[in-house]
Amino acid sequence: MIISFFHPALIMIIGALLLPFMKGPFRKPFLFLVPLLTFLNVIYLSWHPGTYGVVTFMGKWTLVFGRVDNLSIVFGFIMALMAIIGTIYGLHVKDYWQHMAAWFYVAGSLGVIYCGDYLVLFLFWEMMAFASTFLIWFNRDKGAIAAGYRYLLVHTFGGVVLLLGFVLRYQATQDLSFVLLSEENTQLYTWLIMAGLMLNAAVPPLHSWLPDAYSKASITGAVFMCAFTTKTAIYTLARAFAGFDILIVLGVIMAIYGIVYAIMENDIRRLLGWEIVSQVGYMVTGVGIGTALAINGACAHAFAHILYKGLLFMGAGAVIHATGKSTFTQLGGLYRKMPVTLLFMVIGGISVSAFPFFSGFVTKSMIIAAGFESHLFVAAFLLSMVSVGTFLVAGLRLPYLIFFGEKRSDDATFEKAEDPPWNMQLAMIIAGLLCFVIGSYTPFLYNMLPYKDVVFHPYNGYHLSETLQILAFTALAFFFLKDKIGARATISLDLDWFYRKGGQLFLWLAKNPIQWLDTLWGNVYRVIGLYSLMTTARFWSWFDWHAIDGVVDGSARCVRAIGRRISIVLQRGQIQYTLYFSFTFAAILLFSYVCL
Amino acid sequence: MIIQIIDYLKAHSGAVKLCTWVGLTTIIVWSVSGVDTHHAHTWMEKHIPGFWALFGIISCVILVYFSRWFGKGGIMTREDYYDN
Repeated sequence: MIISFFHPALIMIIGALLLPFMKGPFRKPFLFLVPLLTFLNVIYLSWHPGTYGVVTFMGKWTLVFGRVDNLSIVFGFIMALMAIIGTIYGLHVKDYWQHMAAWFYVAGSLGVIYCGDYLVLFLFWEMMAFASTFLIWFNRDKGAIAAGYRYLLVHTFGGVVLLLGFVLRYQATQDLSFVLLSEENTQLYTWLIMAGLMLNAAVPPLHSWLPDAYSKASITGAVFMCAFTTKTAIYTLARAFAGFDILIVLGVIMAIYGIVYAIMENDIRRLLGWEIVSQVGYMVTGVGIGTALAINGACAHAFAHILYKGLLFMGAGAVIHATGKSTFTQLGGLYRKMPVTLLFMVIGGISVSAFPFFSGFVTKSMIIAAGFESHLFVAAFLLSMVSVGTFLVAGLRLPYLIFFGEKRSDDATFEKAEDPPWNMQLAMIIAGLLCFVIGSYTPFLYNMLPYKDVVFHPYNGYHLSETLQILAFTALAFFFLKDKIGARATISLDLDWFYRKGGQLFLWLAKNPIQWLDTLWGNVYRVIGLYSLMTTARFWSWFDWHAIDGVVDGSARCVRAIGRRISIVLQRGQIQYTLYFSFTFAAILLFSYVCL
Repeated sequence: MIIQIIDYLKAHSGAVKLCTWVGLTTIIVWSVSGVDTHHAHTWMEKHIPGFWALFGIISCVILVYFSRWFGKGGIMTREDYYDN
């Protein structure tokens, strides 16, 4: 059956371009309608898998804009759904540029998900990077502009690495198709493409941009950013690098690294950013394991993660929106002022912590089970340990330090705190309900996963007992250790130190030693070069004046003197002498001519 | 309503603590006596009673103390560190 294909990204792009013209009462319905249409289009496509939008470019390359298969369907679905939730969350934002940037960003993500070759991938990949940079720049807070530039530079670097990778691959294989790469036959281009994709997934050591940028983005922007970049990258890794063992190691490192930094963090959104690094670590591990269950787990966890992390960022945004503060040292005791926000942050927290009946329980366990099934015991136990840390950080530390404990904010901040506007609450309700639906009614998500024949039952006695033991005793440990991980007015140094301090070092080098060297060289040139040049010039000037000119002028003066002397002798004014000399000269000439 | 519930629980912290201990004990007792561990992946899970409870507490302690040690080793620094 031939179906009409209209790219979902195109709806978002057209919507974004029309948005500035939507005024007054049309604006909010339009804001809701465009992502809704995109979502309906995505659902329509999911009913008709196939390859669409195949275009021949410059007579040489075949571009594929619409590859609708088991893997892209699940990611397309959640991205389009998150676009609706995120836009509802930002309905109150008057600045249409923010919505435009967010929609272009979503369009980039959808474009990557449905693409079938590296050229289209790269086009939408860069669209994501540039559009999301504006979501940081639109935040007027201190440091946002600089953070946006850092984000853009890092992602531009990643894009160039990716470009280099697939161009080298094209040179070697004449192939631009975006498909699974061979682990047995790895080339330089394999690693370059992997590095390019891993940068967007925030895999260490290419991860520092994430907490840096997400903590500086606008409130609505952060809600979008937490969903799209890393999970789109997980999709691309699952597409091209499923089963690559190195991803297991990197994923586990990432999960631990993120949680350790989250425990130390003082800024709400940086903490949530570190939590993303940690949770995406599970997905990277799942992609690395590469079995059907692991890939299903990675996709399911990405799906669930977008919703609960979106919910947590929405809660964090509500707190910042109400108080203007973003650090634990300036908050605390807010449960009386923002009870609804507390409720939804707790729902987000227990979803990420894999409480039974909430989304993390049915998705995270899939990846850990895949690890155990593949006899990767160390990885599976380390990921279980990280899930302890996840509950400790997102389920306990985060709500405790914002809503309970001592009030660390000033009175004015505390007084003005209140639950957010209706649209922000509605978005949180939708995301919270979906967290619950996914966790309680597993077929909703499981039927969308790429490998339909894999059977996984999270609700069994052993898994429930394991989870309840972990959660209950982590909570107990938190009760005794909470002061050890309380609010401290610090930041944590990370690998971005190298380029942040590196930039400052470069400026210092330019201002001090390089400037000194330049001045010294100027002096040396002036003293040695210029002085000797002037001395030499003066000598040649003297030489020219006295020697060259002396010789030339002397010859001229000599000739003039001889001429004068001759004229005195020869031209006396007496005709007989003149005739005498003339005839004598003529006779000598004649004689010489005859004789010689 | 949420505020009232929290205030009520805070006002009855003794009862909350008692319920918590009862809950913890119930989980352990149920896990040790009522759960089939045949499908557990490793020897440890099958033969150590309350393995995951121990795992939870030990992991928590390791993560908290490791983070503190790591942070105090120069990673945690003043907030204006990057300001010019």
